[in-house]
Amino acid sequence: MQVEKFYYDNKIVKAFGYATIVFGVVGMLVGLWVAIQIYYPPISLNFAPTTFGRLRPLHTNAIIFAFVGNASFAGIYYSLQRLCKARMFSDKLSWIHFWGWQLIIVAAAITLPLGLTNGAEYAELIWPIDIAITLIWIVFGINLFGTIIKRREKHLYVAIWFYIATWVTVALLHIVRSIELPYSATGSYSWFAGVQDALVQWWYGHNAVAFFLTTPVLGLMYYFLPKAANRPVYSYRLSIIHFWALIFIYIWAGPHHLLYTSLPDWAQSLGVVFSIMLIAPSWGGMLNGLFTLRGAWDKVREDPVLKFMVVAITCYGMSTFEGPMMSLKTVNAISHFTDWTIAHVHIGGLGWNGFLAFAILYYMIPKMWGTNLYSKKLATSHFWLGTIGIIIYAVPMYWAGFEQSLMWKSFTPEGQLKFQFLETVTNIKPLYILRSIGGALYLSGALLMVYNLYKTIRQGSFIANEAAEAAPLVKEVSKKKEYWHRILERKPLTMLLLSLILVSIGGLVQMIPTFLVKSNIPTIASVKPYTPLELQGRDLYVKEGCYTCHSQMIRPFRDEVARYGEYSKAGEFVYDHPFQWGSKRTGPDLAREGGKYPDSWHYNHMYDPRSMSPGSIMPQYVWLLDNELDTTTTAAKIRAMRKLGVPYPEGYDKIANKDLMRQADSIAANLKKDKIETASNTEIVALIAYLQRIGRDIKLEPKQSLTENK
Amino acid sequence: MKFIHYIEKVSGVSIFGLISLMIFVLFFIAMLTWVFKTKKTSFQKVSRIPLDD
Repeated sequence: MQVEKFYYDNKIVKAFGYATIVFGVVGMLVGLWVAIQIYYPPISLNFAPTTFGRLRPLHTNAIIFAFVGNASFAGIYYSLQRLCKARMFSDKLSWIHFWGWQLIIVAAAITLPLGLTNGAEYAELIWPIDIAITLIWIVFGINLFGTIIKRREKHLYVAIWFYIATWVTVALLHIVRSIELPYSATGSYSWFAGVQDALVQWWYGHNAVAFFLTTPVLGLMYYFLPKAANRPVYSYRLSIIHFWALIFIYIWAGPHHLLYTSLPDWAQSLGVVFSIMLIAPSWGGMLNGLFTLRGAWDKVREDPVLKFMVVAITCYGMSTFEGPMMSLKTVNAISHFTDWTIAHVHIGGLGWNGFLAFAILYYMIPKMWGTNLYSKKLATSHFWLGTIGIIIYAVPMYWAGFEQSLMWKSFTPEGQLKFQFLETVTNIKPLYILRSIGGALYLSGALLMVYNLYKTIRQGSFIANEAAEAAPLVKEVSKKKEYWHRILERKPLTMLLLSLILVSIGGLVQMIPTFLVKSNIPTIASVKPYTPLELQGRDLYVKEGCYTCHSQMIRPFRDEVARYGEYSKAGEFVYDHPFQWGSKRTGPDLAREGGKYPDSWHYNHMYDPRSMSPGSIMPQYVWLLDNELDTTTTAAKIRAMRKLGVPYPEGYDKIANKDLMRQADSIAANLKKDKIETASNTEIVALIAYLQRIGRDIKLEPKQSLTENK
Repeated sequence: MKFIHYIEKVSGVSIFGLISLMIFVLFFIAMLTWVFKTKKTSFQKVSRIPLDD
């Protein structure tokens, strides 16, 4: 048979590789910056765009979508061509994908510090960017499947399955999470509210981890690990089970982020059961990776690529064991809302994602430049700096998480809470300092890599089009009956469809009952829509990213009820587009903040938190005192809310600003009584209005119905 | 009152749990059957794909 000659496109891999390095360093720098802000607030520069609430989303988005995203694309474009024995389907699509993705990242880097956000974790980007992501994702999909279809290799290697599942599931997750109603060119409200929004959010959030940070990276592991070790994967059979079990089970586990919240019990239990089951496929994958190195451990001593991979896979195993443990309700009662979660995600982020990205960069760049790595010694130093960095990062955070949680739950023998919230924060400050040292070590390792790769590139010469040859694929007629899976693995589109069906089931089973019973969510008659001023204030709360440090969800525990007040009910959140339950309590819960302090306290506290709570680590929000509230959006916001089913009266949008000013004037007058002079059209007034409203409605309800939920 | 009581009011909701359990069990039985019926040698060939380019 005639052998065909063709060329692999290395240029696109180079572009994605460079983007990985640049955005990796930027994302880590922002991470370090916010880590320092936590114990040294002035480093926020008292400048709105660089405060924690706005930079933290920038850090997470940069690491997830820019660093790990670009690394995955680089690895996919490199391995897919070689596994398919074909050049990418279309160079033009490759470049549209590349530049489109980088533009999205740049747009995110501009909008997030400006406070333009949807207020949903890892889905903060505003609706025009959401649309751009969808379009670029489709371009990537066409390119991916085009390449698979024109391949010269009969079988689809397991790595490609992971790429297919990634593409289809991320598309599904992104679209469902982005269903929102725009009210302006940059603003929108989530279609869902309260409990439903929370369920959609953590179905999305959990599976973004699964299908953006795990499945593509596992695909890379299944290609680059055998390559680097020069031996096939330990068990191909196990990799098939790993794949199907992982994508099927993962999608069900989202509700474990909402244990003890107002989410229905059955959904919480479902999340727990599937989380525990996840250990099996995850550990199957980890063992498959580590066993691939059996008899080749001498190579690990020599080869930095393998070193990074071993630690990456080990971290994958650690965090996929820890995750299910944290989803046990008893453990979650301690771990949730604390720095334990932060430690957990950084074992995954720094260890699994970061180290695997470093490994493939160290592998691909010398290969594509036809040379050897400039310095193995430097790479080994990077490895040790990174590994020690991870430990110094994670251990203090575990410690902080435990200690703070135990302090929250401590009572004196007389039955009083033993510690003020603030004491539990100042107590763990030294651990925050240690954490940032760990992060700095990790970052300095990454900088060593930049230098090492730069030197490597300088000494080699880039092979833009790498020659290869293979026989074309011919349709063969098999005499024997083929096994189901063997047929399947040749048909990428069937595979796509089957993955889609599998990953849809879990989401549907959870969401349909919750949505069907919308009318049955125990409504509380006294819960009323926000006033126009409160609505504007709430949008400021979202804009400043308050949810990154404050929860609005009191769990039904003795200490939380004693500290914050009546535990939260599902019916309290029916007008919350988006929900703001939060996932971390760097500051105290705010679900019952309304009426706790006078207006003037909030005013002074926003101006300088340390004047009201000495030792507080909250940033100053001085600009809120000067910025004029934009009331031109009020009407559009009220109309959008009405469309989403919030019962404002017909035509209310036209008179809403009158109500808004009336309430603002009364707050300003109230502040004046406490000798604070402020114009009533400032942002601070709107924010105070909202803060004074949170969690109050339920107190107007007659006593008996409060116990309805349990 | 537990949420399950509200769920019960939705007509035919019990079928949800049943169907999902069935899909789950059948899917895994099917997958494991095929994986273990397939000969090891054919897997070995596929697992070498990354190595020979």
